[in-house]
Amino acid sequence: MPSFIKAINSQVGRKIMTGITGIGLMLFLIGHIVGNLTIFGAPEAFNIYTKTLEDLGPLLYVIEAGLAFFFLYHTILGVSIWWNRRKARPEGYKKYQTKGGPSHQSLASKSMVYTGIIILVFLVIHIWTFKFGDTEMVKLASGEMARDLRALVIEKFTDPLYAFGYTFVLSLLILHLSHGFWSAFTSLSMKSKEASKKVQMGAYGFAIVIMLMFIFIPLYIYFTGGEGSLISY
Amino acid sequence: MSKDMTIHLKYWKQAGPDVPGHFEEYTLDTVNEHMSFLEMLDVLNEELQLQGKEPVEFDYDCREGICGSCNLVINGQAHGPKAEVACCQLHMRNYKDGDKITIEPPRAAAFPIIKDLVVDRSAFDRIIEVGGYVSVKTGSAQEANALPVEKEKSDEAFEYAACIGCGACVAACPNASASLFTGAKLAHLNKFPQGEVERSNRAVAMVDQMKEEGFGDCSNFAECEAVCPKGISISAIAEMRRDYMKALVS
Repeated sequence: MPSFIKAINSQVGRKIMTGITGIGLMLFLIGHIVGNLTIFGAPEAFNIYTKTLEDLGPLLYVIEAGLAFFFLYHTILGVSIWWNRRKARPEGYKKYQTKGGPSHQSLASKSMVYTGIIILVFLVIHIWTFKFGDTEMVKLASGEMARDLRALVIEKFTDPLYAFGYTFVLSLLILHLSHGFWSAFTSLSMKSKEASKKVQMGAYGFAIVIMLMFIFIPLYIYFTGGEGSLISY
Repeated sequence: MSKDMTIHLKYWKQAGPDVPGHFEEYTLDTVNEHMSFLEMLDVLNEELQLQGKEPVEFDYDCREGICGSCNLVINGQAHGPKAEVACCQLHMRNYKDGDKITIEPPRAAAFPIIKDLVVDRSAFDRIIEVGGYVSVKTGSAQEANALPVEKEKSDEAFEYAACIGCGACVAACPNASASLFTGAKLAHLNKFPQGEVERSNRAVAMVDQMKEEGFGDCSNFAECEAVCPKGISISAIAEMRRDYMKALVS
């Protein structure tokens, strides 16, 4: 077997690839939230942003395929590592508890596979709703026609089921990211104790900020009925 | 003189590797706080034998925390509640009168139960066999200062060499991974000029053997470091990952 293939399929390589894809997905989250926040900009900003993405044409398909690959590879690795524990420990303990101290066993680390799967299921619904959702076409100031995704976002987030469902799932990011961020760098062979502590603090900060930014949008739109002063018409 | 304590024990009994096991319960009324955990089990076995019952089997040798034979999972924690203490060095003063204690063997497919609380850890030996040694011919011993080893490296190697192979890391890992054990062996040997030569082959052989033996993947829970009676850091796993990838990819 060529050594690169052997390397990424090994127990060491699988974890490193989980970390690399995880870091890629975290970078995507940063890009995604920056784009989302344009909904609070000028009236046309959000639709110009989404049109710019759609105008990338074939390049957008390449980016989407890459993202899909990262999501699927990350999921397959995570689920398979979790599944393998059944083989490695067929009979569990009657009583089990963490010893604390340097241990990173927490609600976040123990629920990674569950929060990950919920986020993945949400992702399918999310893409179905916004990428393939019905929209009116609007004329931009430049004279070009664009999908009125801004109206679709506001319509969806004034629906309590979608607004709170979205908020619930995105709230899980705080769990997934607060362990995932640290774990990704640990998998990439972070060795120093000092660096590890700083990265864990960074993980908490990153998880909180990303989660708050994501859930602010649906909650703001829902509680202002889409007519809050941050959204200009 | 300290007062005797009453301790309610629940321990795993299993006649052999291929038969189902079960828990049995026994209450000891004469537990002294100065007893070690294993001495408390000795008292249990004496009482069981006096009653014509079969004693409970458990592994031990030195009872000084250096041989790595004992490896009980006590109330769900490998080696019990104290950090950096093997269960042979755990004293009953850490418990109080009336406590309930559940004792289980380390549970992992790679550590089949031989009897009761005794498991077969020869999977560790086989990981060592594929590379946990130095085969480079170094000739007869040189003058100590002829081959300089930096103090930091020597200290680090010593920390990793402290691994006693008890298997607590596997027992406590939610995935039953042996990464801390394997990482510690690799990091220990790779720190020295003699061991450095075989660094790449050693990493590949030992990591592959770990999987072959049926240990699970490391998920960075770091529980292994928390239960290690020698306090070996997961930095050993970081080194193992670097060495393995460097060996195969670069």
